[in-house]
Amino acid sequence: MADEATRRVVSEIPVLKTNAGPRDRELWVQRLKEEYQSLIRYVENNKNADNDWFRLESNKEGTRWFGKCWHIHDLLKYEFDIEFDIPITYPTTAPEIAVPELDGKTAKMYRGGKICLTDHFKPLWARNVPKFGLAHLMALGLGPWLAVEIPDLIQKGVIQHKEKCNQ
Amino acid sequence: MNRLFFQPHQAGLSKVQAAEYTLRNINPDVLFEVHNYNITTVENFQHFMDRISNGGLEEGKPVDLVLSCVDNFEARMAINTACNELGQTWMESGVSENAVSGHIQLIIPGESACFACAPPLVVAANIDEKTLKREGVCAASLPTTMGVVAGILVQNVLKFLLNFGTVSFYLGYNAMQDFFPTMSMKPNPQCDDRNCRKQQEEYKKKVAALPKQEAVQEEEEIIHEDNEWGIELVSEVSEEELKNSSGPVPDLPEGITVAYTIPEKQEDSVAEVTVEDSGESLEDLMAKMKNM
Repeated sequence: MADEATRRVVSEIPVLKTNAGPRDRELWVQRLKEEYQSLIRYVENNKNADNDWFRLESNKEGTRWFGKCWHIHDLLKYEFDIEFDIPITYPTTAPEIAVPELDGKTAKMYRGGKICLTDHFKPLWARNVPKFGLAHLMALGLGPWLAVEIPDLIQKGVIQHKEKCNQ
Repeated sequence: MNRLFFQPHQAGLSKVQAAEYTLRNINPDVLFEVHNYNITTVENFQHFMDRISNGGLEEGKPVDLVLSCVDNFEARMAINTACNELGQTWMESGVSENAVSGHIQLIIPGESACFACAPPLVVAANIDEKTLKREGVCAASLPTTMGVVAGILVQNVLKFLLNFGTVSFYLGYNAMQDFFPTMSMKPNPQCDDRNCRKQQEEYKKKVAALPKQEAVQEEEEIIHEDNEWGIELVSEVSEEELKNSSGPVPDLPEGITVAYTIPEKQEDSVAEVTVEDSGESLEDLMAKMKNM
């Protein structure tokens, strides 16, 4: 599974109750509220731990999400745009997060910039349907991916810092 | 199946477009309708379901069969959702990440297990783990395995549509040992998909309404006008051999396991923080997030 630090972070993210997808009308609105509550709490936790690493927002229907994520490496802050669609089988299947500007720069990515997660993610998600939501996806999916890929890409010179941004 | 048709001169085309051109050259009498989109999004899913319901040989009628040749779990779940809702029979196919096993599965909503009834099935690959650089990971792609799976898929389709032979509900292919496990799986009465459960009820009603059929044993008399040479037919396998080679039927036959297991739902066994209903509306929450 994930390492100890990640497990601790995840245990502090509120779990969700409503098992509803984007086609479930009123129940989907309920689920969306829970998603936002869980995400807000997670971002607050991150700020308190001095590790505010992403922002997310959605379209009105909650079917299309987009935002930014940051990774600090050697005192420099790298920023990336992220986006994903909610699949109709959500929350049984997790959304595929895409980092379009890194498309083609790493082998751990599918066409269009969709990040490739480890073998562990899918069974873990499946075991926790419908309790896991977008906050968990960020913590267990995108977070670990950035932690491994960005330093590697910087080291290989594949990505450069856009402008100096002191902490 | 979804990548077997590309030829070098088709670089730049989508997979479905290349498939159409290649197949049309092989058999110009086939009618094609091509769409290139992600079926898991809300917008496209509706169109996808619409084409299943109306894209039959006669426009407005449903298709006879859906064949899933996609390469990811999410797309398969989307097809499963659509077919459960529409009561559409379909066949699912796939090749494993390590390219040395594959399978086909026939899904009749309500009658056989749907794709969500159990965790994903895995044909045991029997790869020596010591040969792998990274534990449990061996990504590969073999058009030969894909060709075999495509062949058994279409074979199953022919048997299904033309009503001959035994149509397999599940047929696996273990390329390392040339082992072809088969089985059938009943639907899960507690399947997470509401429509699957609904289809199961409909199917039970349908079966209950059928008149009881006596199993009639008909012995076909083989008649030959003359038998100049006195040829007799003798079985190659003796009664005893037949008896010894049959055994009890296990839950899953040899060579097939599940990709993972899902524990029984426990009632609040672990102390977890759950979202609280703060009374804020969705708009309030969206604005709160934006201002963080």
